[in-house]
Amino acid sequence: MNLAQLERKLIAAARANPPSARVPYAFEKRILAHLAARPMLDRWELWGRALWRAAAPCIAITVLLGAWSFFAPQHNTPTTDLSQQLEQTLLAAVDQDQPSDSVE
Amino acid sequence: MERTEAEMIAAVLKGDTASFEPLVEKYSPRIFATARRYARHESEVEDIVQQVWLKAFEKLSSFRGEAPFEHWLMRVAVRTCYDSLRAHQRNREKTFSELTEPEEDWLDRFVSQPDAADENAQAARLLVERVLGQLSPPARLIITLQEIEDRSVKEIAQLTGWSVPLVKVRAFRARAEMRKVLSKIGKEKYL
Repeated sequence: MNLAQLERKLIAAARANPPSARVPYAFEKRILAHLAARPMLDRWELWGRALWRAAAPCIAITVLLGAWSFFAPQHNTPTTDLSQQLEQTLLAAVDQDQPSDSVE
Repeated sequence: MERTEAEMIAAVLKGDTASFEPLVEKYSPRIFATARRYARHESEVEDIVQQVWLKAFEKLSSFRGEAPFEHWLMRVAVRTCYDSLRAHQRNREKTFSELTEPEEDWLDRFVSQPDAADENAQAARLLVERVLGQLSPPARLIITLQEIEDRSVKEIAQLTGWSVPLVKVRAFRARAEMRKVLSKIGKEKYL
């Protein structure tokens, strides 16, 4: 079978039979009805919808982090009280200024 | 007094949707003919044309009026048809196992006497639709635009939005793909 010739024949067949340009009855009215029925694009509504969609993952992440911080085992418990640490830090300069106990 | 297309388009852009109707009425035959080249069934055709018009309405603000409205609309139509081909890519036919009797007769006639096989025959038209139906979406688009509609590479590039080198590469591949499909007919039927 001569494939190049078959290709030419089939292309010629397609050219010789152009598709119909028939339009269904009142097609333009249908398009106009579609356009009229389309919901108007409201940016605030889109923004609100996006926020609501984002709310669920945010709540889920908050709950997970809360549960993790609550149930996670605490390995490094502080050896001294936080108030003592704060006092030492604040009074560090005063401690250095005091004379030492050494005898000159 | 009859309004010009530019006036109608300006009115649509200002919110007068009814001004879109004469444009739909005028260009729908052309869009239907284009859609019928790519749709597999008549039921798909209306959906494609409807999509073309809805897209055209949405993107009308991007029409700058430098080229005729028809050219801009045809770009929208061709790209919508291509999207439709890609969307239905999985459903395309894979074999020629069910050739109809007239198609087989036409092929037999072609094999015995190539010049006697009439290209105006209904069987030839159906056969070419089958062959096109087996091509990948870019190959089908290119073969239709270049071989059947006889468009230049530059025109195809403008219609599809592809670059000229990409059109050339895809045209080369499309022809190879078509030859492969045709050789499949030969193998399935005569070997």
